[in-house]
Amino acid sequence: MNIGVFVCHCGSNIAGTVDTEQVAQAARSFPEVAFATDTMYACSEPGQAGIIDAIREYGLDGVVVASCTPRMHEATFRKTIGRAGLNTYLFEMANIREHVSWIGKDKEANTNKAIDLVQIAVEKLRRNTALFSSEFEINKRVMVIGGGVAGIQAALDCADGGLEVVLVERESTIGGKMAKLDKTFPTVDCSSCILGPRMVDIAQHPNITLHAMAEVESVDGFVGNFDVKVRKKATYVDWEACTGCGQCMEKCPSRKAEDRFNEHVGTTTAINIPFPQAIPKKAVIDPGACIMLTKGKCGACAKLCPTQAIRFEQEDTVVQEQVGAIIAATGYDLFDFTLYGEYGGGRYPDVVTSMQYERMLSASGPTGGHLVRPSDGKEPKDIVFIQCVGSRDHSVNRPYCSGFCCMYTAKQTILTKDHIPDSQSYVFYMDIRSPGKLYDEFTRRAMEEYGAKYIRGRVSTIQPRNGRYVVKGADTLMGSPVEIEADLVVLAVGAEASRGAGALAEKLRISYDGYGFFMEGHPKLKPVETNTAGVYLAGSCQGPKDIPSSVAQGSAAASKVQALFSRDKLASDPQVSSVALQRCVGCAKCASTCPFGAIEMTEFRGMPKASVVETVCQGCGVCAVTCPQGAIQLQHFTDNQILAEVNALCPY
Amino acid sequence: MPTKTVPDRNDGNFLQEVQQASEQNLTRCYQCGNCTAGCPLSFAYDIPVNKLMRMLQAGEKHAVLSSRAIWLCASCETCTTRCPNEIDVARIMDVLRHMARREGLVAEAPVRHLWDAFLTSVEKHGRVFEVGMMANFVKRTGRFWTDADLAPVALGKGKLGLRPHCIEHQDEVQRIFARFREQA
Repeated sequence: MNIGVFVCHCGSNIAGTVDTEQVAQAARSFPEVAFATDTMYACSEPGQAGIIDAIREYGLDGVVVASCTPRMHEATFRKTIGRAGLNTYLFEMANIREHVSWIGKDKEANTNKAIDLVQIAVEKLRRNTALFSSEFEINKRVMVIGGGVAGIQAALDCADGGLEVVLVERESTIGGKMAKLDKTFPTVDCSSCILGPRMVDIAQHPNITLHAMAEVESVDGFVGNFDVKVRKKATYVDWEACTGCGQCMEKCPSRKAEDRFNEHVGTTTAINIPFPQAIPKKAVIDPGACIMLTKGKCGACAKLCPTQAIRFEQEDTVVQEQVGAIIAATGYDLFDFTLYGEYGGGRYPDVVTSMQYERMLSASGPTGGHLVRPSDGKEPKDIVFIQCVGSRDHSVNRPYCSGFCCMYTAKQTILTKDHIPDSQSYVFYMDIRSPGKLYDEFTRRAMEEYGAKYIRGRVSTIQPRNGRYVVKGADTLMGSPVEIEADLVVLAVGAEASRGAGALAEKLRISYDGYGFFMEGHPKLKPVETNTAGVYLAGSCQGPKDIPSSVAQGSAAASKVQALFSRDKLASDPQVSSVALQRCVGCAKCASTCPFGAIEMTEFRGMPKASVVETVCQGCGVCAVTCPQGAIQLQHFTDNQILAEVNALCPY
Repeated sequence: MPTKTVPDRNDGNFLQEVQQASEQNLTRCYQCGNCTAGCPLSFAYDIPVNKLMRMLQAGEKHAVLSSRAIWLCASCETCTTRCPNEIDVARIMDVLRHMARREGLVAEAPVRHLWDAFLTSVEKHGRVFEVGMMANFVKRTGRFWTDADLAPVALGKGKLGLRPHCIEHQDEVQRIFARFREQA
């Protein structure tokens, strides 16, 4: 083999702490290295042209680039040598940036380590073989997990583009958090008026199949051919028959069911349709509150239902869906403010969350759109808003800014003034974060036109006094403590990862950060991709986002799926396992350990042999370490290649 | 208001010293004011706690160490409990009192004398001897009438013994003081 080695300076990123010229010089002494040089930016156009020129001039048939992480540019350089006519797998990368120059300052030690890493790469490359992709068919259906505004946007964009869409929603209706909002900032337009028509589009679109009250149970397969099991939870109502008339709700005698849609402001009936614009508009029985299901008698709804849709014996069912791509749009949950003992920890009835306040503002909410104190039903006059509850707070492990609370708090002060003109709102804030079109103007309007009094400081404690609440905070601009008596306190709770996000990420084989938010493929350049091919993200599951950003991501994820499905076939990754038939003893250990079911047992001249289904194999290598004969090898990472790397590093 | 002079604003060593002695990261403070909001003594402070934190970040050594606030702090630790950035503010106040003593900048001398009188009494008897401590405090400050009105009530309840009441093994307490002086 004629190997060429290219040592990248990466500007001063590498050359600042590694003697790249010396690394190139050392590389010239390694076996089969025909050419070695250092280069300013290997990934730049002249850098790549230099590699192609060298391949032609020196007749190179294998290339090592010592530069950054392969996650960054392995694909780039493979294409480069492909353009020069080489097989793209006759290429190795030595990571001398993340693994060397960025983590150490000792230039001599760095240079020595860089030389070692280049040598390892050369030894592996000497044993590389040309690999060729095969092609496989893709299933052009897409699954969207989560029916909030991001998922709705993604589903509609995909469906309008002609794709078949399966939308999976955990609750009994789509709409997510946005459906709970009364108005939206900065235009103060009615949330359900703009979301409602989109929800109806989902229900009526011929390309969309909606599974509500359903959760993803398992995900098998790979890009283009996912096999997803969806558990449809028992609703105890035949949705084919239910017309959503709501008569059952009127007569249900059990009124103690938890009202999740209204954020637990009061309770609701055991058989319930969460809100008038629900999609699908179907009733669901809460088995924990239903008298029939807990005590075995009642059945008022069943007697009354005009279409006889009640099915007390209904059980969960599991449906299988085959899709080629998955968009996760599972949204966020609200921070549990009861962790703040100083704000009452949930013991004070008139200290409510911003989302509860939103439900009270909504005409379809539990108070019919009247702002009242939960404790005595009286109209509040002095309302204190406390921002950053569960945001920017190390002590509760939420050091991040949730991003949208400043804006919705300003909106709520404006709505408060509209509802109760003689009311006074006070807002305790730390900083006002309002970057966005018309956003800062909006927060200024809350202060200038609606008279909300903004006080810069956090609140130390809320204490009940004579039926009201004393809010003790600071005015840091004045440099003094302040006390305000309030009738109602609204906590602007921050966003946290949706409950169950981690478990879903594991099913989808995508990564998530320390707070449970899903990791995007690249923080700047791959905002809706993940590190698992065919799985995309939209909305707040990736990090807190307001409505415009969530919608933008929904469309972005849909366009990524459209691009993926614009091809009829995908190239498979040839870095998969293969079986040496003469060594295989047919013990089937590999077949039993393979996590993807990619190994079949076949017969060869009457003897059992393992055989790899190349399109299913994900190249994890579990079979290779299981095989007692060394008969099954992961191509591009064979035992011999790995041992050669170890020998290069530890020659003695 | 006159502009602060540059040297006073930029005593970078001061912030480092306070951080080292208190083992706290003061750069984390983002001025939310929760320390001031919860402090029961804010009304008496010449400089509110959150402003002290800002002055520490700016390195205003003289102004911080000569403030009255650091001596009025009751070490109730509400600030420490509420700080969203987990800064132990009360511990910083303690460090500042030590530094003010060393620099001779104590703004509230009676507070300092009360501490000293208290510790002297504890060192001598192993626990506080109230009358002796008060006598020492009056001797140091000349403030004869401080809390004198409380004496008859305390005497009546038997809370103010006229003779010292020592603990057993008071030498062990003395050894704690000796060890502190060795290390100081």
